[in-house]
Amino acid sequence: MLQYKPSSFRMWSRLGPSGALNAAAMELPAIDERVVFVTADLCFFSGLERFAQKYPDKIFNVGIAEQNLIGFASGMYAEGLRPFVTTYATFASLRAAEQIKVNMAYMQRGVKVIGLTAGFAAGILGATHMALEDIAAIRAMPGIIVVDPADCTEMVKAITAAAFIEAPMYIRFTGPINCPQVYSEDYFFEIGKAIRLRMGTDVEIVACGSMVYRAIRAAELLEQRGISCGVTNMHTVNPLDTAYLDALKSPIVTVEEHCIRGGLGAAVCEYLSATGDKSVLRIGVDGVYPHAGNYEDLLEESGLTENQIAERIERELTRRKL
Amino acid sequence: MVESSVLQAAATQIRSDILTMAHRAGTAGAHLGGSLSLVEIMTVLYLDTMRYRIDEPDWPDRDRLILSKGHGAMAMYAAMKQAGILTNDHLKHYKQKNSPLTAHPSINLEIGVEVATGSLGQGLSYAAGACLALKKKGNLQSRYFVVLGDGECNEGQIWEAAASASHYALDNLIAVVDKNQLQYDGKTDEVLSMGDLAKKWLSFGWETRTVDGHNVEALAHALNSSNKRPLVVIAETVKGKGVSFMENKPKWHNAVLSDELYAQAQKEQVSRYATI
Repeated sequence: MLQYKPSSFRMWSRLGPSGALNAAAMELPAIDERVVFVTADLCFFSGLERFAQKYPDKIFNVGIAEQNLIGFASGMYAEGLRPFVTTYATFASLRAAEQIKVNMAYMQRGVKVIGLTAGFAAGILGATHMALEDIAAIRAMPGIIVVDPADCTEMVKAITAAAFIEAPMYIRFTGPINCPQVYSEDYFFEIGKAIRLRMGTDVEIVACGSMVYRAIRAAELLEQRGISCGVTNMHTVNPLDTAYLDALKSPIVTVEEHCIRGGLGAAVCEYLSATGDKSVLRIGVDGVYPHAGNYEDLLEESGLTENQIAERIERELTRRKL
Repeated sequence: MVESSVLQAAATQIRSDILTMAHRAGTAGAHLGGSLSLVEIMTVLYLDTMRYRIDEPDWPDRDRLILSKGHGAMAMYAAMKQAGILTNDHLKHYKQKNSPLTAHPSINLEIGVEVATGSLGQGLSYAAGACLALKKKGNLQSRYFVVLGDGECNEGQIWEAAASASHYALDNLIAVVDKNQLQYDGKTDEVLSMGDLAKKWLSFGWETRTVDGHNVEALAHALNSSNKRPLVVIAETVKGKGVSFMENKPKWHNAVLSDELYAQAQKEQVSRYATI
């Protein structure tokens, strides 16, 4: 049984996203015996070794063939299985985008796609392995839930929650091994419901994925400079928690390990353009593919370290009177 | 097997219905060439090979059909009418507003359309995963029939799927390639030569049977004989088959059928019917 306790959270964080996936995967057959995993030659990379040993009849490999992966899993769903598929986020969301559109969006086959190394986690391998457009691509398709968990604990919770949901889902995993912990204590997670992590009155950072942790650090830096900054974990990008946005009083800064086009920031702006008078600043990767590099360097190149986020917010607050 | 004269008569009626649907579609045009090449394939599948219940479209043990070359929809609809699944009234509203009979099949299990198709190359993957799931849940009765075009075999996803079906030994998966040797831009060999299709499937681990795709007996024999691995029937066909001025003419891939040509095409069906 999964133990939602501080020591587990620390362990999952240390193991990183694939460790979290492994921990959650081991529980799924007990939740729903129809659950299977399908992967495109990434069983080990996904952290599914233990799962494969314990449930050899519940894991399937289609080789390096992502288009087939999505169609194959959709057919499995149609005949009663509940497939979770794993591959790199960029290949899942873009190479197989049309397969996701036809099978998962249009025909509502409730496959759960786990996009590994979203953002910069595999950035050392170059732009081919960065997923900076995956939210945009999937969010454009109707009826697919998009979740970007804040840390490894939330990954476990999101995967577990997915097993109770019929709808198709895309879950992107950001962050490296030794993934910073947002949560050290257990908490209540519900798909589609934003979580307030920090109160603040001058500005509200609405972040997703790995950027939630950076947002908290940035808010602490801003506080030292006399700016009161709230932080929200908007783990579900689609459907967006619009009621939550309605209730916010402060100007909003979105932060995401994704390009600023089509991601969380764009989703927030789209919603508020019709309803709100709030000012929004979007922070994310803007118009470039950074050169291959390690994770921290790529964040820095994209202006996504806690210092850069804090400085940017301070600057814009003064300049734009957000 | 159903008597071949019965199947031939049904095929002639299906051709006639396709012409009527295309004619009624008016200036919107219709995918005539690739529907007419499919007629005998669809006739044998719906009237002889496949097991299903008209009054129970979700019968768990039914055979499932995916028309992966979705533009051949008219042949499927007309065959479904011959099978008693659809009515003349359905065919009358082909491609009209809110009709379930769309230019490419829309998902609609009530009338037995299991999967939406139209984006070429996707049907076989879906069927392969579904066939594996059928085996996992102990359904050893149902089979998936996937109808592909030879032009469609340009798509890389077809070969990804073919490899996976073979890897998982899916003997409940049967593909039919409508090898009419024409695609949108011309002859398949000139647009993109795929070499020997049968050998390709064979090398992917499939059981391969090549037949005259307009010979109902040959088709029925190929489709109804048992197989130990995934089976592909390469049906050698003629695009626009059965209408003299359409046969082997790329321009009839998707075209408007005038009143005059419609009358001529129907006359050919009447005279063929008389010979059966």
